[in-house]
Formats: sequence, structure tokens, C-alpha cells
Amino acid sequence: MLQGINLACVRGDRELFKDINFLLESGGLMQVRGPNGSGKTSLLRMLCGLSHPAAGDILWEDQNIRALDSDFFAAVTYIGHLSGTKDDLTVLENLQISSALAGMEISTEQANDALHYIGLKGREALPVKVLSQGQRRRVALARLLVCKTSLWILDEPLVALDVMAVKLVRGVLEEHLQQGGMVVMTTHQEIDISAASIMELQLA
Amino acid sequence: MLIWIIKRDLLLAVRRQSDVLTTLFFFIIVVSLFPLSVGPEMNLLRTMAPGIVWVAALLASMLSLGRMFSNDYIDGTLEQMLLSPQSLSLLVLGKALAHWLVTGIPLVLMAPVLGIQYDLPGDALAILTISLLLGTPVLSLIGAIGAALTLGLRGGGVLVSLLVLPLYIPILIFGAGAVEASMAGVGFDAHLSLIGAFLLVSLVFAPWAAASSLKVSLE
Repeated sequence: MLQGINLACVRGDRELFKDINFLLESGGLMQVRGPNGSGKTSLLRMLCGLSHPAAGDILWEDQNIRALDSDFFAAVTYIGHLSGTKDDLTVLENLQISSALAGMEISTEQANDALHYIGLKGREALPVKVLSQGQRRRVALARLLVCKTSLWILDEPLVALDVMAVKLVRGVLEEHLQQGGMVVMTTHQEIDISAASIMELQLA
Repeated sequence: MLIWIIKRDLLLAVRRQSDVLTTLFFFIIVVSLFPLSVGPEMNLLRTMAPGIVWVAALLASMLSLGRMFSNDYIDGTLEQMLLSPQSLSLLVLGKALAHWLVTGIPLVLMAPVLGIQYDLPGDALAILTISLLLGTPVLSLIGAIGAALTLGLRGGGVLVSLLVLPLYIPILIFGAGAVEASMAGVGFDAHLSLIGAFLLVSLVFAPWAAASSLKVSLE
């Protein structure tokens, strides 16, 4: 259960948003909407603990995420604007190393399965720098298939993806939600995900 | 975790060998310039040698400091590391050790060869190598703090030198001092022990300080 209480964000002198309240229960999806510059990414970075809110508290299972620290990080997967992949490493190495650094060591078979599923079959041994934007995105999203976290925070996960890949990601998200996971995401694309509870958070 | 981060950084260094080689060649060239410019005055060269080799090692190690975190910052892997449930200090320790393996070890291995240009006696060459072996990890560890503090800043490269070079001074004094002491025939153990002490202190404090700076830099 993720709860935000009176969250506010200040960038320089400008207040991006204030008094944001929400309660996300297990199996729930929260879509954050708003025009460019309304603070969607800032909100997501706050929710995953990368930055601190100017005011308000973020609670995970009724405890402040700042107090939880690494216990909270163990429950969260964040995929941001930046892909989080190294250009000089191969697709397979990227997935294995990023999973290991996130505290989840995976075998080569597990990594290969995930890459096949996300549509990168035959590309496992290529360095990421030769891939297209959409394929890089798929490498980043492959982490969702191998991680065992309950809260996924996704910043524009569908950018650069083709129709097939969007369908694939929708399937992955729906399965995660059915198993009681939680998703917080921003997207400008229309995507109808079926979930137990769907919330929209409108910024500005 | 520690193994993974070291493995990752070494793998990246293998894929981009130019980064490693520039540091090493910089060291070789700077050290070789002095005998060429000063001339074959053996006594003068012998006295200057420890200082020059150590200063060149400081500068060479500094040359690659900027890259320690900035590449990971640009492609977003650093923010993923911050979100890892594992300790960030451990991760920084891993990155500093990888930096040392990639930039420090080649300098240590090259130093005795370069020392010959200065007509250093065998014992002095050995002490020079040992002092570098103990001292270069300290350079990487202290450098990690500077690199973390200046992450994402414009002109961070110059700033990192201004921040870190003064902190290198004790290592420079005792590192060069050990070699001079051994050439003068007096005990050099105290110098080496002090560098060892610096190494232990920085092993404990530098990862923690760099981890805190990274958190501030990424907010």
C-alpha cells in the first residue's frame, strides 16, 4: 500500500504542485496525468525515493519511505526516462548486471527467457549501442519480467515502442496487477489496462 | 554486489580501452619529460625522482576521476544503483576499487621501469613501487568523494582537481618521503605505515562520504 499525504514539489521559486493526496492499494494502477512541465517526473522520482518532497509524506505499508530506506527499495522497480543501460555492454549483460545490482541475481536462462519474451530474440549478444530507441526501451522493460518487486514506478514506459510491444507491456502490467502488484505510471498514450482499481491523478 | 560492480566496471574498461591507455600514457610521458628536459645529471635526477613519479601518479589518477560516476549518471544506471536495496557505500567502494584496478595498478607496474630513467638504485625502486601500491588506492578512494561532489556540474573537471589535490598532499609527502628515506639510508617503515594508515581510514570513510554526496547530487 502506497500513500501520499499533502505532497508538494518546488523547483527553484516555482511550485509545481501541492496538496497531492492518494492511496494506492495492492492490485491498483495509478495513472499520473498532466501537461508537460506539470511535475509528473518529479512526482515519480519522489515516490521511488530519489528526491524528497518539499512538504508532505510518502508512506509504504504505513511507514515513511525515508525511515524504511533499503526495505522500501527492495519493493520498488523504477524505470525512468533514461534507459539505465550501458551502451558498451551486451543486451544480456545489461539485464543480468542491472538485476544483480538491484539485489536479484538471475541465471542466463532466466535472462534469455525474459529477452525472448520482450521481443529481443537473436539480439542478446549485441551491444546496446547498436539497438534502436524502441529496442533499448525493451531492454529496460525486460527488468520488469525478472524482478520480484511489488511496486512498479514507470515514467513514460511506452515511448518509442511499436504497437506489438505496447500490447506486450500491457499484458505484463495486467499480470502484475492481478497478482496483487501496484503500478504508478505516466503516459501520454491511451492504454486501457484492466485492473481491480484504476486511479487517475491529474497534475495542474 | 561488490563483486558485480567491480566485474561490471572492469568489463566496461575492457570494452573502452582508450580510457585506460590514456591514463597510463599520460603517466609515462610526464615522468619521461623530466630527464629529457633536465639533462643527464645523475645526482639531480636521483633526488627528483620520487617527487616527480608521485606527482605524475596523482595527476594521472585525477585524469580519469571525472569518468568515475559521470558516465553512469548520463545513461541513468547511477540512479538505478541509488535505488538498489544494497548499501550505496558498498557500491561506491566497488567503483573506487575498480577505478584503482584500472588506473592505479598499471601505474604501480610501470613505475619501476620508469624509475630506471632516473638511475634509482634497486632498493629505492622497490620502495617506490610499494609506496605506490599502498598509496594509489587512497587516491581512488579520496577521488571518489570529489567525483561524487562535482557530479553533473559544469566545469566539474577543474573543480574536482581543486577539491581533491589538497587532500592528496599527505599521501604525496609520505609516498615520496619513503623513497627519499630509503635512498638516504634511514628507516622508511614509518612513512609506509602512515600511508597504510591513510589507506585504512579512507577505506572506511571515503565510501560513506562519497555515497552521501551522490545522494545530494542526484536529488
